[in-house]
Amino acid sequence: MKKAENRMKLYLPSLSINESMARSVVAAFIAQLNPTIEEISDIKCAVSEAVTNSIVHGYRYNQGEIYIGVKYFSDRTVVIEIKDKGCGIEDVKLAMTPLFTTDKTGERSGMGFAVMQTFMDRLEVWSKKDKGVRILMEKKLK
Amino acid sequence: MKAVFDNENPQIVFENGILSAKILGDIDHHCAKYVRERIDSSIFEYKPSIVLLDLSSVDFMDSSGLGLILGRYNTASEMGAEFRICSPSSGVKKVLELAGIERIIKIEGDLRV
Repeated sequence: MKKAENRMKLYLPSLSINESMARSVVAAFIAQLNPTIEEISDIKCAVSEAVTNSIVHGYRYNQGEIYIGVKYFSDRTVVIEIKDKGCGIEDVKLAMTPLFTTDKTGERSGMGFAVMQTFMDRLEVWSKKDKGVRILMEKKLK
Repeated sequence: MKAVFDNENPQIVFENGILSAKILGDIDHHCAKYVRERIDSSIFEYKPSIVLLDLSSVDFMDSSGLGLILGRYNTASEMGAEFRICSPSSGVKKVLELAGIERIIKIEGDLRV
């Protein structure tokens, strides 16, 4: 198994004010690889989507903890893991369908997973009802 | 009539029937609620013929911004106003294009120039 060149872990409470902090911390860590502005912007967006999902959907009934783990390898591959212990997703495939949202207010676009999928090279989502969500995203920088 | 409130985000300017809302900084789920309330209350107050969402000072936007834009498009449409977006950065444009926003909402340069 490949050994990561560098890694970081971040635990934060599921407060919406932490969304910008989460993506900024990941961006600051990735900056060590001297990425392009577009690569940084893509990664920030994907992290923001995953963290917002945990806050809005995972912990909609109560506050909890969000884990963010980031590591990068010598071939410039960045791997990001985001986990929560919230209410989970019953049907992951359905949740990942573009424009699908459980929100009834018309203020959520249902494009969160589509953004993660498009802006990263690889996205995997594991979840069960009441068992939280684990997201793994990967992007190889130029 | 010209009304200006420039110490807040978004900066709202109403002139010649055009309500311009200039959003400053990032658009994410956290800040979207306040921005949404300010724009909607301005639409209800001024009843503009055009609502212009100025994104020239937005550095970052995730899919919460898409929800914000589509929601304001709906509010403006219900009030009989035309809805436009102007000056998105390349990062913001990428998110707009992913959702195909340009198929329903006009994206252009700054109308106030």
